[in-house]
Amino acid sequence: MLLHAKSARFTIWAFLAAALLLLVGAPLLVTFMAAFAGSWNGVLPSNPTLDHVGGALATDNLSSLMVSLQTALFASLLAVLLGTWAALCACSSPANSAVSRVSDAVFHLPAAVPSVVVGLGLLTAFSKPPLLLNGTVAIVILAQTLLVLAFAYSTVSAATRDADPLIPLAAASLGASRLRVLVTIRLPLLLPSIVAAAGLAVALCMGELGATVMVYPASWRTLPVTIFTLTDRGALFDAAANTLVLIAVTVTVLAVIAKFRGKTAVR
Amino acid sequence: MLSTKKKSGRTQTMTIRPPQESGVVPEDKANAVELRNVSVTYGTTVALAGLELTVARGETVALLGPSGSGKSTALKAIAGFEQPSGGRILLDGVDVTGTSPAQRGIGVVVQSYALFPHMRIDANVAYGLKARKMPKAQIAARVKSMLAMVGMEDHAHKLPRQLSGGQQQRVAIARALAIKPQVLLLDEPLSALDASLRAEMLIELQALRSELPEIAMVYVTHDQSEALTLADRIAVMRNSRLEEIGTADQLYNRPASAFTAKFLGGASLLPAVSTTVVAEPGSLASVMVGAHRMKALAPFALVPGDRAQVAVRPHAWQVSTRSQETSVSAVNSLPGRVESVQWRGAGHRLQVDLIGIAERVTVDLPALSAVPAPGDLVVLTVDPTHVVLVPAGAVA
Repeated sequence: MLLHAKSARFTIWAFLAAALLLLVGAPLLVTFMAAFAGSWNGVLPSNPTLDHVGGALATDNLSSLMVSLQTALFASLLAVLLGTWAALCACSSPANSAVSRVSDAVFHLPAAVPSVVVGLGLLTAFSKPPLLLNGTVAIVILAQTLLVLAFAYSTVSAATRDADPLIPLAAASLGASRLRVLVTIRLPLLLPSIVAAAGLAVALCMGELGATVMVYPASWRTLPVTIFTLTDRGALFDAAANTLVLIAVTVTVLAVIAKFRGKTAVR
Repeated sequence: MLSTKKKSGRTQTMTIRPPQESGVVPEDKANAVELRNVSVTYGTTVALAGLELTVARGETVALLGPSGSGKSTALKAIAGFEQPSGGRILLDGVDVTGTSPAQRGIGVVVQSYALFPHMRIDANVAYGLKARKMPKAQIAARVKSMLAMVGMEDHAHKLPRQLSGGQQQRVAIARALAIKPQVLLLDEPLSALDASLRAEMLIELQALRSELPEIAMVYVTHDQSEALTLADRIAVMRNSRLEEIGTADQLYNRPASAFTAKFLGGASLLPAVSTTVVAEPGSLASVMVGAHRMKALAPFALVPGDRAQVAVRPHAWQVSTRSQETSVSAVNSLPGRVESVQWRGAGHRLQVDLIGIAERVTVDLPALSAVPAPGDLVVLTVDPTHVVLVPAGAVA
């Protein structure tokens, strides 16, 4: 829709800003306020305190944070490696070919299935020998890898489809082997998309709860699981403080990734 | 030595000379490229059907044709970018049909140039040499010599996106020639350039061609002027097949098919019926075009009653105006009415509807000649040596 009148454009933008404020800004603001609230009996919190934030940064919770970070980074790495490999394989077959369609369907499937179902599926599949992963760290990483794989695959796949197919062919005509073309041409050209996929995967993994809560062992509790547990117990202010820490760490990691992505975008 | 004017107005001098280490022109004129009955299919779609083509060392063959005629597919098959579904491809007599592009050692310049966007210009040119594991010192020397050859030595440390289209094309040529290929394939290398730069680069390519006499070149284009300028022979492609191959002079002046006459030079085609016996191809034949008698070169044998088409180039017609619609009986003269007149800078192009024949012909008049107006009655006359018979049949 084209809006030429200034007043109409202003109305649309004002509506959008209000909606964003209500849907995104309000929950964040409430979480922020709750993290520093001693009590909350009226419209606004009262008795401001740093106790909850201090608790969130205590050793126990910090270990949860480290677990989240390690799980997210490792699962994202796996998802990006697998997604990139699959995208490169899929793009070598013609678009809309059977191979391409099957590959798209398989790699997009985890995103279409609720995360709880993925968790249940993993529990069912890996709770009996020969592959007994139930109660291990590996099953948590596997669950998160599966959940973000679709996003990694989609991001890199879109970049491979958009890339000029003649560039690797030109490299091959100059005498480069397939491996050299992959390492020196195809992967460097895909690097911005690969880094973007990694950023998305880390962000999603850091907040993943649905599948993780079904498969995590007691020794490997991620921060979202801790927040869920605290909320379940009614410790809302502690949960809010932990949420703040989670947001801060996630944003920091994403900022580092974004900076690296900027350096790779030389084209 | 070539001089080109940059957009800034500064004149850039470009010296084209062969790479320092270039070899002696081989005396053996064996076929550098040979395609034997090569076909390429995608599912049920035939992209190239039974192409037979040879390119000798030092020869330039242009593959000329409209979009979808199979010319780029042929080039991709030679480069190894497409695997033929049938036939054989030989380079210097060696069958390379199943080999990868890396094993063929062919220089390729594509329409988009396909420069590596993340590498500097010198790294682009060095790429093939590194792949061949050449010593670093030699790579540096070769890169310098190749960039000097195309006048790009001052841009060695830039990225491709920092160069203009014409500069990128020069780098693509330098990169392709750095590996000292025996065969250079160029796929519409000028089509992404604007008209003035295209004309400039065409002159440079012509100079480059003369400086690299040992290399066989296959040049894919849909532009007849590029083909006529650069090629020793032109292969006209149509509907995934080779329509006709010959020297530029042969195809332009004595086309063997209506399609070639129309595509190469924009000839007007008029249906004709032979009135004489032509036993020896190449002699003059008498034909009737409607009720008008014409004499034309017949490249094939004819007997009275045979149907054919006369092909006349737009610039071959002479135009004279007449005041009223009188009958025209002179040989090779056709009456007509001017339908439209276009000014084209270097002259005028007329569309003339022939009277008594439901055909329209295109006429190019040189500058300074008297130009009739739309609606004027004219007589078109053409010298018999500028009229050639081509077989009857549809062009499309």
